[in-house]
Amino acid sequence: MPSKRTNKSWRFVTRSSPLPGFRLSFTFTLIYLTVIVLIPLAAILLHAARQGFIGFLHTVTAPRVLASYRVTLGSAVVAASLSAVFGMLLAWVLARYDFPGKRVVDALVDLPFALPTAVAGISLTALYTEKGWIGRYLEPHGIHVAFTPVGIVMAMSFVGFPFVVRSVQPVLEDLDPAMEEAAASLGANVWQRFTRVIAPVAFPALLTGTALAFARAAGEYGSVIFIAGNMPMKTEITTLLIVTKLEEYDYSGAAAIAGAMLALSFSIMLLVNLLQWWGQRREGNRT
Amino acid sequence: MKKLYRKLATPVTIAVLLLSSASALNAQTQLLNVSYDPTREFYEGYNRLFAQHWKATTGQDVVINQSHGGSGKQARAVIDGLEADVVTLALAYDIDAIAQNGLLEKDWQSKLPYNSTPYTSTIVLLARKENPLHIRDWDDLIRPGVKVITPNPKTSGGARWNYLAAWGYALRKSGNNEQSARDFMKKLYGNVPVLDSGARGSTTTFVQRGVGDVLIAWENEALLALKEFGSDKFEIVIPSATILAEPPVAVVDKVARQHGTEKVARAYLEYLYSPEAQDLAAKYFYRPRLKAVADKYANVFPRVNTFTVLEGCGGWQNAQAKHFSDGGTFDQIYGK
Repeated sequence: MPSKRTNKSWRFVTRSSPLPGFRLSFTFTLIYLTVIVLIPLAAILLHAARQGFIGFLHTVTAPRVLASYRVTLGSAVVAASLSAVFGMLLAWVLARYDFPGKRVVDALVDLPFALPTAVAGISLTALYTEKGWIGRYLEPHGIHVAFTPVGIVMAMSFVGFPFVVRSVQPVLEDLDPAMEEAAASLGANVWQRFTRVIAPVAFPALLTGTALAFARAAGEYGSVIFIAGNMPMKTEITTLLIVTKLEEYDYSGAAAIAGAMLALSFSIMLLVNLLQWWGQRREGNRT
Repeated sequence: MKKLYRKLATPVTIAVLLLSSASALNAQTQLLNVSYDPTREFYEGYNRLFAQHWKATTGQDVVINQSHGGSGKQARAVIDGLEADVVTLALAYDIDAIAQNGLLEKDWQSKLPYNSTPYTSTIVLLARKENPLHIRDWDDLIRPGVKVITPNPKTSGGARWNYLAAWGYALRKSGNNEQSARDFMKKLYGNVPVLDSGARGSTTTFVQRGVGDVLIAWENEALLALKEFGSDKFEIVIPSATILAEPPVAVVDKVARQHGTEKVARAYLEYLYSPEAQDLAAKYFYRPRLKAVADKYANVFPRVNTFTVLEGCGGWQNAQAKHFSDGGTFDQIYGK
């Protein structure tokens, strides 16, 4: 009797919830989600639908638009991977070690969240152009950062890595060093301790953080636009093309590209969630 | 609880009524001028000038609010409901877009003198100190190795003037041969290492980041750069032929009618043609229309050989369709 079972689990949720009035809070959640997320997204899709299916396909598969997906998603993947490695490292240092100025470093991690993205973009550009503080030493060696995909990755990493640190850090802090010690005393080497003890616990959080960093990078405009160079086919990001369409008063075209980007990002996030779910299940089976 | 409401109801109602009537008595005429980025300082000065003039002639106070941003973005804001009484934008195409949405009449540009453009500017070249690459004209920009800075005409209204200036020059030089004009533009944009999304962005890239050998810029922006960073750092080069940049102004009829500000809005724009306002425009490096004022500033604004958008490209609607729409001549430059 499936209906009875769902009923039972429904009541179970209701009873065990620490929030009073499950129905009320659930209704509120739904309304909030609808107003803040679903209605704007629906408006985008409605706008995009105005030009019809053929027009939509034509807009979202134009060569320049396709090139911009490659630039944006490619850079975002690289940036998210970099964020994953260095964010994990930073979280590890912050969770495990005490050193002078730790609080300052901890606070610095949040800065990219708070800084207006355009400010970040402008300062990165100022540093890495051929006459910039850092760029002037790189250019003679043939390393070009500003106005190349490298610059795009740099800006995207800047805005992305705090997501990784902030997702992984609390998990690592909760992980009792005694568990590692126990593993060590049972004869596990460093690699085994990392892969068998730390990684299973930290992996879901790392995946979440990386996915967030990726999503942020793919949708970024302000910090990237100044350092990208914006050359069509080469360093033009998708969000710039959306702005370009708006500049031409082509609302439906802008919405179409936005919709395509939304679908791409959503499928990648879904994939990450599936991966996470699969990892947890595997973990569950083993213990 | 109910009692408390009842107790409060009367005083609150009275307070609200008093407040609203007080604000009605104090009601000043307010105007919103929606403009583009580089005009901010000019309109701050002009708004004071006009408020004095209006007070002197009618005895009424008028407060003018300003809004600035990229020209296209500002036009979109007005279309989407920003209640501008007047718009003063970078190109007629943006005001045309507002007109197409029924906010003002389609023949708006014939309502005021000189195509509704009280001041003009032109497109010039800004070279580095002592002009090491000897840049004298548009042709020097397509030499191999010369780095040219100009914004993206797809996202910047100002950049469209730059593009059309170069295009018009190339057309004239080749005796209206479109193919050779296209080749010229391809070489020109082949020399552009970075396309900023706005005109100010390009100025920053060139002036502050030190990127590029020559900046294609509005004359007023170039003069402002000289004033701010020192005239010994850069050199303005006037090309042999360039475009007459006409940033137009218009009353947004529908909004002004709703606000009851039609009369003051029209006066606000008409007064831009007065000697005082023309003088102020010249001080902020816009070329005045009045000959007497233009003569006074002849040392600031050298003679230029210009063509208009109408002469060079058959008007904005044609220019937009031909050059800047999807698959237009600008896209072809970067096409495969």
